[in-house]
Amino acid sequence: MIEFKGVSKNFGRTRALDAVDITFATGKITGLFGPNGAGKSTSLKLITGLNRPDRGEVLLDGRNPMDSKVDIAYLPEIDHLYPWMTIRQAASFVSDFYGDWDGERYKDLLGFLGLDDEMKIGKISKGQRAKTKLLLCTTRRSRYLLLDEPLSGIDILTREQIIQTLIRDFREGEQSIIISTHEISEIEGLVDEVVFLDRGRVRLQGDAEQLREERGMSLVEIMKEAFRDAN
Amino acid sequence: MHYGKDIGGDAMDFDLARPIYQQIIDEYKKKLIRGELRQGDKILSQREYAEKARTNPNTVQRAYREMENMKLVETVRGQGTFVCIAPEQLELIRNEMAGSVIELCVSEMKALGFTEQEIRVRLEQVLVNAKEVITDDRV
Repeated sequence: MIEFKGVSKNFGRTRALDAVDITFATGKITGLFGPNGAGKSTSLKLITGLNRPDRGEVLLDGRNPMDSKVDIAYLPEIDHLYPWMTIRQAASFVSDFYGDWDGERYKDLLGFLGLDDEMKIGKISKGQRAKTKLLLCTTRRSRYLLLDEPLSGIDILTREQIIQTLIRDFREGEQSIIISTHEISEIEGLVDEVVFLDRGRVRLQGDAEQLREERGMSLVEIMKEAFRDAN
Repeated sequence: MHYGKDIGGDAMDFDLARPIYQQIIDEYKKKLIRGELRQGDKILSQREYAEKARTNPNTVQRAYREMENMKLVETVRGQGTFVCIAPEQLELIRNEMAGSVIELCVSEMKALGFTEQEIRVRLEQVLVNAKEVITDDRV
């Protein structure tokens, strides 16, 4: 379980998160939704321990992320891979760092995603790069998988493939996935829980099916309404 | 043993303004009523269904669990999930589905201001027209 308790984070004068309380349940896929600048990426970085909160605390299974030994696989929004490496070299780079790397799964995913690991990262298309990032994250058998905008700027067929990969490998009960995106409609059917962020604050959080049941609306519509009410 | 035809479908088939697990159950109920799925047929595993419909595995699990509770299907450990429904239960869901479709139709007509008599007449007309279409097809 991941908990945010009264978490605030500033970057200079910009308040990225403002006294945020969130619980990410274990074994669920949570959608972290909101427009650009809502605080989605900051939230994920706080979980990885790449950033520290200014106030409040983030707890990963009850511990500070910096002291935690729990495995987290993180897919950043930026292109973080070295362009001069082949996919195979990048894979061996990642596998050296993390004990939860699963070589069998790597081969399986490579085939499923239609990637050739001799390909050089600097020379492949944007969609193939997105798939490579996903490959390197999901090959690990990590308890937590954090994906920052995994679908942004990707064509529809590749998006479907990415979503299918996530479903295929999701280990119910033991793995928790958090997906941040501003394109909700794409993954409406994929999430168990939703957190709507807007300008550093939580506007709404809850169980996706329960929200549909109670309001008779899609998550996109529910988010629009929540933001309208907030403004 | 055979797999029912075209189970699963596309993520796009779901109405995103209604709980998805409910729609998964309804889809199976319709297949049972139409006879596309019969006693003893094996249905997709939860994982297969989730992948095919691009839906959350926990949602599919919930739908399957409820279908077990409703005595529509049975999961045999290590073998899969099979249609296992008593004839009375099938008749029950058949009536239940019919009831909800008709009720929806009647309440929409009433909301438009039609009287019960008008609804009855129109329903009769639709049925007659439908019969003519079928007869035409045969010619």
